[in-house]
Amino acid sequence: MRSFRFLLAGVGLALSLGTAAASEGPEIPHQHWSHDGFFGTFDRAALQRGYQVYKEVCSACHSMKQMRFRNLEGIGLDEAQIKAVAAEFETTDGPNDDGEMFQRPSRPSDRFRMPFANDNAARAVNGGALPPDLSLIAKNRKGGENYVVALLTGYADPPEGVTVPEGMHYNKVFPGHMIAMNQPIQDDAVTYADGTKATVDQMAHDVATFLAYAASPHLEARNALGVKVMLFLFVLAGLLYAAKRKIWKGLH
Amino acid sequence: MAKYDYVPSPFMSNPIVKWVDHRLPIFEMVDQQLIKYPAPRNLNYWWNFGSLAGVMLVVMILSGIFLAMNYQPSTVAAFDSVERIMRDVNYGWLLRYMHMNGASMFFVVVYIHIARGLYYGSYKAPREILWWLGLLIFLAMMATAFMGYVLPWGQMSFWGATVITNLFSAIPLVGKSIVTWLWGGFSVDNPTLNRFFALHYLLPFVIAGLVLLHLWALHVHGSNNPLGIDAKGPQDKIPFHPYYTVKDAFGLSVFLIIYAYFVFFNPYMLGDPDNWIPANPLVTPPHIVPEWYFLPFYAILRSVPDKLGGVTLMFGAIAILFVLPWLDTSRVRSGRFRPAFRVFFWLFMVVTVTLGWCGSQPPEGMALTIGQICTVLYFLHFLVFLPLLGWFERPLPLPASIAEPVLKSAAK
Ligand code: HEC
Ligand code: HEM
Repeated sequence: MRSFRFLLAGVGLALSLGTAAASEGPEIPHQHWSHDGFFGTFDRAALQRGYQVYKEVCSACHSMKQMRFRNLEGIGLDEAQIKAVAAEFETTDGPNDDGEMFQRPSRPSDRFRMPFANDNAARAVNGGALPPDLSLIAKNRKGGENYVVALLTGYADPPEGVTVPEGMHYNKVFPGHMIAMNQPIQDDAVTYADGTKATVDQMAHDVATFLAYAASPHLEARNALGVKVMLFLFVLAGLLYAAKRKIWKGLH
Repeated sequence: MAKYDYVPSPFMSNPIVKWVDHRLPIFEMVDQQLIKYPAPRNLNYWWNFGSLAGVMLVVMILSGIFLAMNYQPSTVAAFDSVERIMRDVNYGWLLRYMHMNGASMFFVVVYIHIARGLYYGSYKAPREILWWLGLLIFLAMMATAFMGYVLPWGQMSFWGATVITNLFSAIPLVGKSIVTWLWGGFSVDNPTLNRFFALHYLLPFVIAGLVLLHLWALHVHGSNNPLGIDAKGPQDKIPFHPYYTVKDAFGLSVFLIIYAYFVFFNPYMLGDPDNWIPANPLVTPPHIVPEWYFLPFYAILRSVPDKLGGVTLMFGAIAILFVLPWLDTSRVRSGRFRPAFRVFFWLFMVVTVTLGWCGSQPPEGMALTIGQICTVLYFLHFLVFLPLLGWFERPLPLPASIAEPVLKSAAK
């Protein structure tokens, strides 16, 4: 027991030092997400609104290489809806019998359309900056989807004395504060099908929900299985503890 | 093998068992080494961590083999093939998170296992070779984990591999050639990834072999125990089954709860977000940090301004453990009877955890200074404190036998 106390003290010390160091960067406020916690599930309506924002705004510059149209099942679309969404886009296929590549409407198994042919083309129209692929953005930035919200709502006038270079924009949470992406969403940038008012905060939250789903499409399956596994393990541990007590009792 | 009055289990008289054993005494071995195997009666829960490490090795090998069935070791395909495992392979996310978080759990378990050995003096005679085998396992684990981390070909994979392989360039004269040879080219690239995959698949089986030797050595004199005194007779020992099988099983179930928490509810916590960005040789991440379990050694490496010096100290930090049985001059094994040693033991624990924190920070200012102080303390512990403690410390009186305090406390 004594040794446990020491161990805990040591771990506590390390953690407090660690968090002290982590809080150096700009504060990323933690949003409320329906997919947080042990029983978390994605908010389907938010996912669909979020996909709309991605499709109508972000996809002009950002690819989502890991996503296929069939993955939209997870945001609550049925097969017919997915087919219809896919058919709005075109995919290059081929070669056909004449050896030619050709365009055809996308199918559910196709990947999301790439906005640019390659990274250089993307840089060329974005002042040299590369819009990163968004498939995993909710996992590969510190703060995840909270960071996405903070970034999209973090545009502001630069503080006194800070000059923003040509083609750059001031952002409170972007590392270094100078970001090449202009504020991508203004109020009413999209018209939501479900009538939700499209404020910047609302759209930021929705698109971040969608990006969280894209980064962890298995999240709901993971939580559901995890709860069962945990219940099983707690019962197992209880039984084994009882068995241990019983077996060892005869020893003395 | 431990000498004791062996009474075979009932199943040993089964005719089929007898037929097999006459040709290959495998049942006898299981009966003697696992079932009737006499273990000290007073082992506490710190003794669970050896079997936990064994379970983790099996978990890693199994999850790893299934991952390998879907993984593609090439710089163009690796990252996407791992994403495919996560998205399209049935329960692929489960395999991946078990393997990813399993590595961390494995290190947690083995670090506790080593700390247990340090506290109870399990490395002392006659268990020096057992201790060495453990250290070889530890080294092989580090190599395996390092190469495994390169496989998903994220930013940290690539840059971690670049930084660590580059350390060998510190070796005078041949350093540069060694690095080129390790890479199979002039930078970390496709050949590097290919050979790392081959070795990452191989090494766990080497570890399994080392574990067998480790257990063989263990069973020659049997386990040490919290009192650190040798067993005096049969009353000091109990058969492994059912006493320690049930205790290990209970410990395992508790451990699995913690492991499952990470796998199912917090799978990203122990990893670096940067490794979800595909490797890009043209973009260097602002902080290149290894996984948490390497951080103390990383801090030692960076606490020396000179590259060769840093590399030497880093490897020295592990090498010194090999001579630990002779640096610790005390004849008393268990820390329980060594009041002064105990203080230094906990100081050492704080030093290693602090080194871990320093390793996670950019090497400048406070973090660097603290890291340097802790590096000095790390080596002082082995080179000065332990040798002197043996001479100056007055150990508490040892109990007459293992059974004595156990039976006394039971009588109360
Ligand atoms: C006009 C093109 C354009 C549009 C539209 C656009 N972005 Fe960007 N985005 C960029 C560029 C360029 C960068 C790279 C900025 C840099 O590195 O300075 C970027 C960077 C980002 C980043 C990464 C910031 C970081 O930490 O590196 C995120 C997240 C992001 N955009 C999200 C979005 C979202 C969400 C939308 C849709 C609401 C969107 N973007 C719409 C061009 C765009
Ligand atoms: C794959 C990793 C490892 C496995 C599977 C493993 C397995 C085991 C097992 C099953 C035991 C007996 C149970 C126990 O005493 O806890 C044991 C004992 C021991 N191990 Fe390990 N071990 C591993 C790594 C290590 C390492 C890295 C070290 C130290 C450098 C080490 C040092 C020891 C020592 C000293 C003992 C004897 C302890 C005693 O009886 O007091 N082991 N090991």
